Amino acid sequence: MSAIQTITMPKWGLSMQEGKVNGWLKQVGDAVEQGQEIVEVESEKIAGAVEAGATGVLRRQLANEEDVLPVGGLLGVIADASVSDADIDAFVADFLSNFKPAEGAEEDQGPTTQKIEVNGHKLRYLKRGDSGKSGEPMLLIHGFGGDLNNWLFNHEALAADREVYALDLPGHGESTKDVGEGNLAALADTVAAFLDAVGVTSAHLVGHSMGGAVSLTVALRHPEKVRSLSLIGSAGLGSEINTGYIQGFVSAANRNALKPLLADLFADSSLVTRQLVDDLLKYKRLEGVGQALSTLSGNLFADGRQNSVMADQLAALGKPVLVIWGEEDRIIPVAHAHAVSGKVQVEVLGNRGHMVQMEAANDVNRAIARFVG
Amino acid sequence: MARKITYQQAINEALDQEMARDQNVIVMGEDVAGGSGAPGEQDAWGGVLGVTRGLYAKHPGRVIDTPISESGYVGAAIGAACCGMRPVAELMFVDFLGVCFDQIFNQAAKFRYMFGGKAETPVVIRAMYGAGFRAAAQHSQCLYNIFTHIPGLKVVVPSNPYDAKGLLIQSIRDNDPVIFLEHKALYTMEGEVPEELYTVPFGEAAVVREGHDVTIVAFGRMVLKAQEAAADLQKQGIHCEIIDPRTTSPLDTDTILESVEKTGRLVVVDESHPRCSMASDIAGLVAEQAFDSLKAPIRQVTGFHAPVPFSDALEELYIPSAAKIVAAVKSVKEYK
Repeated sequence: MSAIQTITMPKWGLSMQEGKVNGWLKQVGDAVEQGQEIVEVESEKIAGAVEAGATGVLRRQLANEEDVLPVGGLLGVIADASVSDADIDAFVADFLSNFKPAEGAEEDQGPTTQKIEVNGHKLRYLKRGDSGKSGEPMLLIHGFGGDLNNWLFNHEALAADREVYALDLPGHGESTKDVGEGNLAALADTVAAFLDAVGVTSAHLVGHSMGGAVSLTVALRHPEKVRSLSLIGSAGLGSEINTGYIQGFVSAANRNALKPLLADLFADSSLVTRQLVDDLLKYKRLEGVGQALSTLSGNLFADGRQNSVMADQLAALGKPVLVIWGEEDRIIPVAHAHAVSGKVQVEVLGNRGHMVQMEAANDVNRAIARFVG
Repeated sequence: MARKITYQQAINEALDQEMARDQNVIVMGEDVAGGSGAPGEQDAWGGVLGVTRGLYAKHPGRVIDTPISESGYVGAAIGAACCGMRPVAELMFVDFLGVCFDQIFNQAAKFRYMFGGKAETPVVIRAMYGAGFRAAAQHSQCLYNIFTHIPGLKVVVPSNPYDAKGLLIQSIRDNDPVIFLEHKALYTMEGEVPEELYTVPFGEAAVVREGHDVTIVAFGRMVLKAQEAAADLQKQGIHCEIIDPRTTSPLDTDTILESVEKTGRLVVVDESHPRCSMASDIAGLVAEQAFDSLKAPIRQVTGFHAPVPFSDALEELYIPSAAKIVAAVKSVKEYK
């Protein structure tokens, strides 16, 4: 193994082909530890930090603030202080002469989403990882108004030693916009049927927000399908919820109405890029989405509160439970993190908001990986 | 990843899905059925460049081939719209709309106003526009500005497949006359387009690229030229913001003004002739309403005050190029 480690432009989500450097958090000559955030990077959709892959000294910064690099492009180099400058220069020259950015969409860009028919309706999902690996399968379930791209910072990392599925719930993403009864039971039954359809007998469920309440409901209605529950900023654990956000999201018809709402999702509202707002507007303008969201919000969050609180039933299930929350969550209060009794691990992350799996992706990924073992 | 189709397929799909949804939607124009009555209806060409291909077989009786008389069938479409249909009249080249100005300017555009709000005219007039096809001076013009001038008309200039489908569906559902203009050089452009129906509202600009140095407002095909220029300028350390208004009437002035308030510099790229153009319109708007924000004179990159030439070399020279946009952006960036 080389004593010289690269820091390269990450690939966040299937469509990312290049990213912009927003700024360095470490300077040349600084000692860095594996897992420390080194440089801030922004894709069209989202901003985040790249971590050091190894412990050592940051020896080179090969991109300046505002530079745009293709995915895989060299941002910096970490090496031991003992490695000579000449060796590092040679390594960089070698990397740059051999580096070819991935070609456009025509080329194989790795995994792509698939569609599957479940109970007569199409569901879109993305599978990463290998069923031959040792870990048990995992399913990621997004929240209200979200889709499988909410896991863009998590999916690949979690799939290091298992197959991991992420799906679009009915009414969301590119799945059917027919939500049927439009309640948690209907969504949970669809998730159970999805697992059957892709041939997974039981899985670790990871649910965010409304997806957490869906995961809980799957565990209650189909306990044999659930190995464990990881609930992130989850619904279903208490009655309070920011209904201003829910109602605003359902009714927002343009960018100016939507953008301030989305700022509530993150502790750092600068993470709401124009592309994120535009993507959500495109989703909201699809035929059937307005109806689906009204039906779901009417059933789940009527009268300014969550209509389904399942915290008390969790202990009786006997499933391992991990609860993760952003301390600054402005959608569902962090107090709900402590509402669960029984065999529960709780991780509360400071300075993070409702989309904690995006804002603190590395922490969330590590917590889930440790938890499922 | 979402499915990719071309601009031309996006228009065809919007027509097909709206015809399936609403029996009042009809398509009429010269050769739009294509080979009707003969074997091979399923695959008949459908329109001069095949945009309406396949619609005749799927929606029998609602794709109407008309005589070569634009003034006749555009008038008929407007009349049918007043009586409850939702016609989409195809006019091949926008250059030919000249013979229908009375129907469009004095009738369709005025009915709602002159009948005291009691009449609606939900007609869509589709036409190709733009240079670059060696189609000579009578088939290459860029005339959205002329329709934009007339109150009562809505004018749509999509620059990509996603917008083409969503804006055409919005045009068909809109209760006012809409001039829907398709740049012929964009027909083969591919992009991600949802399979479902969706609409893109009028008067909402798209911010195609964000940047803080110079605002570029561009229309239709010029959005692509602006993107090409911006990618080049990025390498030179100049960060452009590109705004695609998507509709010239109504016009999203807020997005343009907010951007110029941020950058202080404006370049407008418009394939039309320069006089009384969208370029001069937006330059006037910004000069009047955001003067205090401007750090440099506004620059317009347009065609020439001359007919579009037929000669290859001259036509290429006529069309605003990425290089001309780069030069204009640099001149406002470096202005002291």
